[in-house]
Amino acid sequence: MPRTLLEPRFQVEHLSILDSEGTLDTALEPKLAPDELRALWRAMLLGRRLDERMVRLQRQGRIGTFAPLKGQEASQIGSVAALRTTDWMVPSFRETAAMIWRGWPIERLLLFFAGYLEGGQPAPAQHDLPVTIPVATQLPHAVGLAYAAQYRGDDAVVMVYFGDGATSEGDFHEALNFAGVWQVPVVFVCQNNQWAISVPLKKQTHSRTLAQKAHAYGVPGLQVDGNDVLAVRVAAGEAVARARAGQGPTLLECITYRLGVHTTADDPTKYRSEEEVAAWERKDPLTRFRAYLEGRGLLEAGLEETLDAEIAEAVRRFEATPPADALAMFDHVYAEPPAHLVAQREELARRLAANPAAPPADSDAVPPDATPMRGQRLTRR
Amino acid sequence: MPKLNMVKALNTALFEEMARDPDVLVLGEDVGVDGGVFRVTDDLQRKFGSQRVIDSPLAEAGIIGTAVGMALYGLKPICEIQFSGFAFQCFHQIENHAARYRSRSQGRFHCQMVIRMPYGGGVRALEHHTESEEQFYAHIPGLKMVIPSGPRTARALLAAAIRDPDPVIFFEAKALYHAAKEDVPDESETLPLGRAQVAREGGDLTLIAYGAMLRVALEAADVLQTEDGASVEVLDLLTISPLDRATLVASVAKTGRAVVVHEAPRSFGPGAEIAASIMDGAFLSLEAPVRRVTAYDVAFAGFAREKATVPDVPRVVAAARETLAF
Repeated sequence: MPRTLLEPRFQVEHLSILDSEGTLDTALEPKLAPDELRALWRAMLLGRRLDERMVRLQRQGRIGTFAPLKGQEASQIGSVAALRTTDWMVPSFRETAAMIWRGWPIERLLLFFAGYLEGGQPAPAQHDLPVTIPVATQLPHAVGLAYAAQYRGDDAVVMVYFGDGATSEGDFHEALNFAGVWQVPVVFVCQNNQWAISVPLKKQTHSRTLAQKAHAYGVPGLQVDGNDVLAVRVAAGEAVARARAGQGPTLLECITYRLGVHTTADDPTKYRSEEEVAAWERKDPLTRFRAYLEGRGLLEAGLEETLDAEIAEAVRRFEATPPADALAMFDHVYAEPPAHLVAQREELARRLAANPAAPPADSDAVPPDATPMRGQRLTRR
Repeated sequence: MPKLNMVKALNTALFEEMARDPDVLVLGEDVGVDGGVFRVTDDLQRKFGSQRVIDSPLAEAGIIGTAVGMALYGLKPICEIQFSGFAFQCFHQIENHAARYRSRSQGRFHCQMVIRMPYGGGVRALEHHTESEEQFYAHIPGLKMVIPSGPRTARALLAAAIRDPDPVIFFEAKALYHAAKEDVPDESETLPLGRAQVAREGGDLTLIAYGAMLRVALEAADVLQTEDGASVEVLDLLTISPLDRATLVASVAKTGRAVVVHEAPRSFGPGAEIAASIMDGAFLSLEAPVRRVTAYDVAFAGFAREKATVPDVPRVVAAARETLAF
């Protein structure tokens, strides 16, 4: 029998509209209203200013470890802007800018990174999941949300975020496969920022692109200049429209770069060169979009000061938060606390009552009242 | 009141709960057309359609991960993992997410879902098809861990698990699937989660068991009554976590002696927590150390050697006699 070529010989499209030199492909330029362009710019700039502020807050010990997004603003805002509020957004742990776009108050994100459980609580009507930290594990959740939306007959679309490293995880492949088989309305947004902590993309995969991984699952995969907010907005808009029309999932690979550290606990000078970072700084998503807006007369004067004031106000609200009520850790383990948790809560309450000034340390447990003393043995022996 | 085996009793509960609540759906490997490898989901797809009874791709993390998403949306998925030995491929979705979403989102989201898995030995099966791993799930805050001991408790507990707002790991002893038939009421019934049952009353010693080991404990109690004249109380835990410490403590406060029986390996197993709970609550009543009759701490014995490690009636009787004579 002969060797025959089967149908799936694929090609991957790369979309770029506004490049790092400021060159605009006017045929592809989206017809976005001035208000939307201003909103995109405002969100990207807010993301950048907040990110820089949060690094300082971490250095000052006012929040804990966090993952800066600097350099990825266009990937996040260009994609999330394609959603309706009734759609669902599923973040990983670096989506600060996209989360603020979705309505998370800045002070709540600060609380999250300050170690408060309260920081993970979305507002009652908000269609957003909280931060997921284990890499790629949120992708199947997005597929399940989308299945449920379809099952209920809602026209919601789900957008889920992850990085290049996540594409090596099994959950990435299982999620794409399930989404393909089920043809559910999910947009997978991969922010390929070139580095998974210290491991570069070429050690992560031998594939030419990450977008092409979708093709193995019968899912469209598209690569886009992730530092070009217009291109990301167009690609995401198309993927969301396709999903909403019942045409199934899409994988978007946004080519971008993490200009900062992986997290505030990371030192990238150990694994990548200053030249490489400098080369990507010249492709900064803010620089080209600012020039584009300037050319169209859409830049607002004094916006940076306005945003800084907004951030400062949020930081003030965050810092006015009272110390965490330790007893609240028991509140949401189960719908109804079982007896052993009620007892443990009482144990902690006794410790706190015995020493209200000092936060409880692990070593000063007060023994429960019922502990028998030696010599009180009541058995029949 | 029909007599049903445990497979049919579980199947009945699934039918009843799916008919009762359109948000309940079933997903897993081979659960649709095939009705599951043990036929627990037989005919569900014919009745409720392939959107509600989903033959999923072969991927445990995908099954549990997508079910978490469905639950976050407000559906109530029932997942079948074909054998509990395969659940390590979705363990992260259970521990990292199903168990934690209520806490992580501070009550904004929760995962009302049931994860059914056949567990345990007694069916001459290969590696990964005979293990008992309830301890891993019982250790996780936010989860409930339920193991019925026969057709009637299986049907009532599965209905309760499906209606419970928290994620429930539901273990089904393979050895019990076809073991015996039991009267199961015509009307749907539930049993409260987190509550043990006194399966047999007695005053001299408490045997604590669950799942397939309940029958072993009851037979051992018969032998001890007949041959030793000992009055043995048998507790059927039904829920491993949250553990019904009150019932345990009340029983041992009365008998002063306790033996725990389980199929899971001994070290760090449920017997350790049960023994510690008895120490906490009934120390002053104890006449003897709490003993454990369990599988040995080996990874896998193979079914040619299985009988030597899974607790049987003579081992339980011997441990009970030593405890009574202490």
